[in-house]
Amino acid sequence: MAKSKNPSILTPEQILRYSRHIIMPQVGGLGQKRLMASRVLLVGAGGLGSPTAMYLAAAGVGTIGLVDGDVVDLSNLQRQLLHDTDDVGRPKVDSARERLQALNPEVEVVGHQVMLTSDNIMGIIADYDIVVNGADNFPTRYLVNDACYFARKPLVDGSILLFEGQATVFLPGKGCYRCLYPAPPPPGAVPSCAEAGVFGALCATIGSIQATETIKLILGIGDSMAGRLLLYDALAMDFRMLRYRRDPKCPVCGDAPTITRLIDYEAFCGMPTPAAVAH
Amino acid sequence: MPVEVRVPSVLRALVAGARMVEGRGATVSQLIDDLERRYPGMRGRLLSASGELYQFVNIYINDEDIRFLRQLETPVAEGDVISILPALAGGQP
Repeated sequence: MAKSKNPSILTPEQILRYSRHIIMPQVGGLGQKRLMASRVLLVGAGGLGSPTAMYLAAAGVGTIGLVDGDVVDLSNLQRQLLHDTDDVGRPKVDSARERLQALNPEVEVVGHQVMLTSDNIMGIIADYDIVVNGADNFPTRYLVNDACYFARKPLVDGSILLFEGQATVFLPGKGCYRCLYPAPPPPGAVPSCAEAGVFGALCATIGSIQATETIKLILGIGDSMAGRLLLYDALAMDFRMLRYRRDPKCPVCGDAPTITRLIDYEAFCGMPTPAAVAH
Repeated sequence: MPVEVRVPSVLRALVAGARMVEGRGATVSQLIDDLERRYPGMRGRLLSASGELYQFVNIYINDEDIRFLRQLETPVAEGDVISILPALAGGQP
């Protein structure tokens, strides 16, 4: 589909493609153009990144960055809808880019086939307006949290394990991941999805909430989940909201921060960062 | 004066798979003692050897985090719903 030469004017094709959004006054033509000008970075092209990326691409988010250093494994396909059986062995960022561009050729998909580290993260997130976290390990979660706070980027957070998911939005100054969980569990205390399992369809529930919150932030509509943590229990089919707040004693976003630059997150979490970042 | 305690997936092996159990106690600390008596091992998943709540576990009374109330001494009243909330980051290595 041809892009409009003048980005301030929607083409007839764009008006048709996005018509079910544009017709709603909360989006409108102006909101659609805002989506098309926005840049969102997804950490992980896996269980959570798959549905989030597909809804963001479908909505016409202009640039979607994907950070994932992993290749597609057959065991990913039970839940990671960005990748096909034929993609096994390929870099996830490559199969994800193909899927997203097939869905919406107007979207620019930027693959970052790297592991996020304290050395590279600030340079990567600088190019984006919003970061969406679907990381599978604690070092990356704390790294992304701290980097987003230092760079003043909204962070749309999601996590899943077994039949449960959590989601929230961290806005700088309104609490961060460390306010919620000041320190990571010791290695082995919380099982990974590979060790314990994860229910596939759960990914879409939490990923869809992350996409929703991201689009709301871009459009400036509704009430953000900042300060509220959603808990979803698929077995009980129970959704609950819990409150959290900025902790004045938080070492990163508190009143007297003791961490003012990125640290060694592997040492902080007491373990090496796993080879992958996606659920 | 039993209260409802919601048990997260990762701790359900300790409570025979139950999603919620009853607990008794006037404070969160007493409630954890009560859970430990009936579900041995529970305390060690919530509290450090020195008896402090782990920083990767949150306990909520209704929708408030006890860290912002009176921590383990936060009173528990009939009808309260206690939620145990461990950090999740699971994914495939």
